[in-house]
Amino acid sequence: MMSPPCLNPLFVAIAAPLAVALAIALGLPKRWSVRLAYAGFTVPLLAALHVWWHFAGAAKDHGYAFLTQYSTGLDGLGIALELGVNGIAMPLFVLAALVGFAAGLYAIRSEAERLKIYLMLLLVMLGGLMGVFASVDVFFFYFFHELALIPTFIMVGVWGGRDRVYAAMNLTIYLTLGAMLSLLGLIAIYVKSGARHFDMIALREALAAQPLGATVQTHIFGLLLFGFGILVALWPFHTWAPLGYGAAPSSTAMLHAGVLKKFGLYGLIQIALPLLPAGAAPWSHLLAGLAVFGNLLVVGLITIAQRDLKQMIGYSSVMHMGYAFLGIACGTALGSGGVVLLMVGHGLSVALLFLLATSVNHRTQSFALDEMGGLARSAPVLAALFVAATFASIGLPGFANFWGELTIFVASWRFSPGLTAVAVLGVVLSAVYGLRAAARVFFGPPSEAFARVAAKTPPTDLRWGERLPALVLLAALLFIGFWPRSITRAIDAALAPSAQHSE
Amino acid sequence: MDLSALQQIAAGNTWGALWPELALGCLALGLLLLEIVLPKGAQARIPAIAIVAQLVLLGLLAAAFGGRGPDRVIFNGLLRQSSAGEVMRIFFLVASIFACLLARVTLARQASPRVEFYVIVLVVAAALMLLVQSNHFLMLFVALETVTVGFYILVSYTRASALTLEAGLKYLIMGALSSALLLFGIALLYGVAGNPYLPAHTAESLRYEPLARFLAANPHNFLASVGIALVISGLAFKIGAFPFQIWIPDVYQGAPTPVTALLAVASKAAGFVVLLGLVRFVFAPYAWLVVPALGFMAGATIIFGNLAALTQHNVKRLIGLSGVSHAGFLLLGVVAAGRTPLATGAIYFYLFAYLLASFAVFGVMAHLAGANDADQELADYAGLARENPFLGAVLAVGLGSLAGIPPLAGFVGKFLIFVAAFQAGLHGLLAVAAAGVVVSIYYYFGWIRAAFFASGDGPGEGRPARTPVGWAMTVALGGLALASVLLGFYQGPFGHWLVW
Repeated sequence: MMSPPCLNPLFVAIAAPLAVALAIALGLPKRWSVRLAYAGFTVPLLAALHVWWHFAGAAKDHGYAFLTQYSTGLDGLGIALELGVNGIAMPLFVLAALVGFAAGLYAIRSEAERLKIYLMLLLVMLGGLMGVFASVDVFFFYFFHELALIPTFIMVGVWGGRDRVYAAMNLTIYLTLGAMLSLLGLIAIYVKSGARHFDMIALREALAAQPLGATVQTHIFGLLLFGFGILVALWPFHTWAPLGYGAAPSSTAMLHAGVLKKFGLYGLIQIALPLLPAGAAPWSHLLAGLAVFGNLLVVGLITIAQRDLKQMIGYSSVMHMGYAFLGIACGTALGSGGVVLLMVGHGLSVALLFLLATSVNHRTQSFALDEMGGLARSAPVLAALFVAATFASIGLPGFANFWGELTIFVASWRFSPGLTAVAVLGVVLSAVYGLRAAARVFFGPPSEAFARVAAKTPPTDLRWGERLPALVLLAALLFIGFWPRSITRAIDAALAPSAQHSE
Repeated sequence: MDLSALQQIAAGNTWGALWPELALGCLALGLLLLEIVLPKGAQARIPAIAIVAQLVLLGLLAAAFGGRGPDRVIFNGLLRQSSAGEVMRIFFLVASIFACLLARVTLARQASPRVEFYVIVLVVAAALMLLVQSNHFLMLFVALETVTVGFYILVSYTRASALTLEAGLKYLIMGALSSALLLFGIALLYGVAGNPYLPAHTAESLRYEPLARFLAANPHNFLASVGIALVISGLAFKIGAFPFQIWIPDVYQGAPTPVTALLAVASKAAGFVVLLGLVRFVFAPYAWLVVPALGFMAGATIIFGNLAALTQHNVKRLIGLSGVSHAGFLLLGVVAAGRTPLATGAIYFYLFAYLLASFAVFGVMAHLAGANDADQELADYAGLARENPFLGAVLAVGLGSLAGIPPLAGFVGKFLIFVAAFQAGLHGLLAVAAAGVVVSIYYYFGWIRAAFFASGDGPGEGRPARTPVGWAMTVALGGLALASVLLGFYQGPFGHWLVW
């Protein structure tokens, strides 16, 4: 069961980016920093593909593959660096590696000021992200999340665009609040469960043997729901997200919106729902209501009103979290499975959209939708990719998001047909703003502002540095869209036992 | 007095067990002697000699560290030597070394005498070591007064500055007041425990064990509870807990930066270790009084410290008030310590994390201060990260650790305190503490924003010139930052020592 940590693919995926970041911090010259950064972004992807490929056949302990443990000195408290992935964590682990690879390549090829430090922070973020989904120990699950979060604040504040300092502060305070609430909830589970180890397996066993009282479960679930909810931009605690994403540099927005934000949903599915089955039910109607009327309808309408491409993508990503919360509110294995699928699909598509939006910005010198138009003529590949990403984000068949949304709707129909009907309206809303944005940017006559910019510097199509990361993301979207079994088999296996609990 | 009593005293006097304190005292005297003996030109080396000698002592202390073992009571019950005491000796020695390093930067800009500073710091460090090992109220009071008298001089050391003199006067008055409260409390306890009409009365009522037995036998004595309240109030002054925190901002601002650092870290840590020992053992039968009182103080301290820090522009006042909120977190641990053994380890870890982070921040402050040490504004930090990435990184790590952000040591400290508080069932206080963390992010972020996000003016435009970082300080500050990061990832043997 235990393998030496240096050979464990999970450990390698965490350690490689962090090691490169450390080398850069210790003063590596710029040329070598960039070269090593390639390795730092690629190694986790290779490790993740290895994990994905061997997951079905790997030896499993309590559903976790590649389990390994490393003492960090807090054994007396039941805390150790314990790595492993189960069927829920594995798809997200691969997602983190994919988006990290794309964001890294895009960042290396970007002309960011002080590129070395920027890459270093991105690598720290990536290391943290890989750690979040590879941790079985709950302490390190939280720890790695924060490790990934801190560089976000700095990158938004230093390399960000408009209102960067305000956005960074807003982001910091909101997300710290969410993190503190969820930390209290996690500590509460640990102390109340009486488990001897602070890891998901031990907690699950302790609580299966001796479940907590219904009131305690409800209280702790509330803490986790709002703590994690703030981190995922649950309405009305979502205001940090569009502001932050609007200001964040592209690679940061890709990694945060695409992967890091999924931490909260992952925590709800992996920890809160299975450990506190009786605590979820009293909250489910409130959660479903907030998700459908808040995230889907209100934020969806706000998204339609956006005139700024990046803000619009930011709002749309808040809106799509509504589906995820709806799936969680169902409290069934089907709903949770749909959320995992949607997380992967949404993570890939929103990262792709942020990437392409920045590429659009390089050509139009603006994010304002009114100052664009007709870009498809000079940049057909960019246009094709953007339209594909928009389709994926709406949830058209053939892309990963489709399966996620479909599964969630099926699950939520059993929960509440009325709410599901309203939620389906959300698809129409996202079609309206998504397609309209694509039309404004790429088709029709160019606006005056864009015509002036284009006259000065004629826009070119995507360079390979932009095209490669975009194609990687699109390929993954299509791959899962056409062959969802590649990840659903693992998800099913992981969720099957918890389904028996809840039904 | 017959011979057997003398023999008994002689057998109880185990001077060898006090070698680190004796070595520090001898070093202090040696430095004074060196000042007389050495020619004028070579006197500038005295600070370096002091630091190197302390480093050697630190190495010896670390080598002699024996791990957890049974406590040893020496000097007829005056002192109790424990593994925790050994760890705190290392703590105070490290604090004293860093204070000396900072003094080399700060005092270079002042016209004050140079050598005496180091002498007093060494004596204070030795007294702090004795303070945390005291097992007798007489020993406690003598050690505490040695520390306090040392600080009277240190706080007003750069006496040319009006703010420094103000700080010195305030510290003198407040220190005297708190000593008076403490002494009055001790006297009450002594008197009531010597009352022959009460059960378990004792002639040795200043020593902890007989006093603890007396208190256990009389768990609701009014005079004893007043005495306990006064002792705790006296200690609360030292740690800066609400409502005894009023002196903190002015004194922290006026005192020279190295003294502020020593005051914030070492003096506070000693106060907490003493308080922890008293609350856990001697005052344990009075938990009905101590726990609610300290619980209220903890909550109020966290709230006051964080809210007051929000509006500060002077970094020394800011770090002083943020230190008040840290005192609140530590008090939370002290409250929990009566009910869960984890809290004790959590407090020690928190203190070490606080030591590393605070000295990192104070180190950066020392380099950015001008001739007027009391006048350090947030605006002076504009553009620091661009101009000097090293100091910027050290500052970020230090502040991040103080704010309790992973992967830094401060987070693990807060986490341990939270778990301990949860085990003790202090849910209301935990909510206050969590809110405090979120509020604290705001002012720590303001500092980071000034250093990282704001574009700086050139030197000389309204802000003092920054001192270039010497090699010794590079090693020291880099070491502090690395240690903060490392202790966040990997607690290793230290973690095993804390949570066993």
